[in-house]
Amino acid sequence: MAAVSLTVNGKPVTADVDSRTLLVQLLREQLRLTGTHVGCDTSQCGACVVHVNGRAVKSCTILALQLEGANVLTIEGLAPADGPLHPMQEAFRENHGLQCGYCTPGMIMTAVDMVRRKGHDLDDHTIREELEGNICRCTGYHNIVKAIAAGARAMRHGATAAAAE
Amino acid sequence: MYAFTFHRPQTLRQAVGLLAKNEEAKLLAGGHTLLPTMKLRLAGPPQLVDLSLVDGLSGIELRGRSLSIGAMTRHNDVNTSPVVHEAIPALAKLAGLIGDPAVRHMGTIGGSIANNDPNADYPAACLGLGATIITNKRRIKADDFFTGMFSTALEPAEIITKVSFPIPKKAAYQKFKNQASRFALVGVFVSKRGSDIRLAVTGAGANGVFRVPSFEEALKTRFSPKSLEGMSIPADGMNSDIHGSAEYRAHLVGVLARRAVAEAIGK
Repeated sequence: MAAVSLTVNGKPVTADVDSRTLLVQLLREQLRLTGTHVGCDTSQCGACVVHVNGRAVKSCTILALQLEGANVLTIEGLAPADGPLHPMQEAFRENHGLQCGYCTPGMIMTAVDMVRRKGHDLDDHTIREELEGNICRCTGYHNIVKAIAAGARAMRHGATAAAAE
Repeated sequence: MYAFTFHRPQTLRQAVGLLAKNEEAKLLAGGHTLLPTMKLRLAGPPQLVDLSLVDGLSGIELRGRSLSIGAMTRHNDVNTSPVVHEAIPALAKLAGLIGDPAVRHMGTIGGSIANNDPNADYPAACLGLGATIITNKRRIKADDFFTGMFSTALEPAEIITKVSFPIPKKAAYQKFKNQASRFALVGVFVSKRGSDIRLAVTGAGANGVFRVPSFEEALKTRFSPKSLEGMSIPADGMNSDIHGSAEYRAHLVGVLARRAVAEAIGK
């Protein structure tokens, strides 16, 4: 066992882990943050996407010990527990961008990262290309694409509102 | 996964020392091949040496007429670098075709070429641009570096530190993706620098990345897709599997080579 210290959703965390522990196992099994899912466990499906130091990564393919000092954001940290949903979460709800919901946390974390890299005006083609690493087995993607386009626009308004305050 | 000891050296010297002391140790760069392989228990190194804290292994720099990319530079950083876009746009494009956005945030150029997967993209760029692979010990020409499927000229305790690409006048990469995995079923990288013309193929060869001298010769007369019209390569030595026969791959090499040359000359 070895110790690792990192920040998860803004809170400092220190954990004792076996060297084989994956980030997703640390999140789910030790920190009980079960919003991050394990779909394929082979870096294909994207159900486990979280942000590490501001970038979307697949938490099934990174060891907890690689994250000493890192800043991790999961779906639980996207919006305050007692506040309104993040604009991207709200857009998924508004546009019915899910059916069973299993892929949704990964979709949303990928979508927020997409906005960071590609901006607020996302066309369908860009969104579909960017979703290459996120697999949904229910929706046929149509409403997910709609939700991400709407969420990206809403995030701009969110940013303007925050700047105005 | 089998159990292993995790090391996180802070200097290249420490990393080399750990490799020298532990013969079966593996380097961990982006981990997007090694960790899945370990999860499947196809690999079980007793020690992992994580390179992420080692100083000086990432970054992109223009040095005279070469572009130098640190071994730990992530695919996403090569894909979005204005320096790479200006110097070798085909290389920036290639990096953006690897995996998916999350994979590109972790995967590294050094990891990709050290692994030398026969379907990987970067080996085609290294061979197709005539890159030099720089290690803690020496400089290795791409022509001597890739020695067969999953095999390279790297010696034990040798670590890639950067890759130096001479800047071509024209270059392009064409990738025919496997529809399921999005790996290169066949990828062709072509470049022209003065009279030096190089054309490298990934995905097709049973022995990994290779050059096509007959195509390069034909392009010396005139650097145009017309020079390659009707040309193909023998199916002998091509991969054959459920994704495509050797004949199909050999055919694709010709098609993609013509498309790559057309793209390189802007047509």
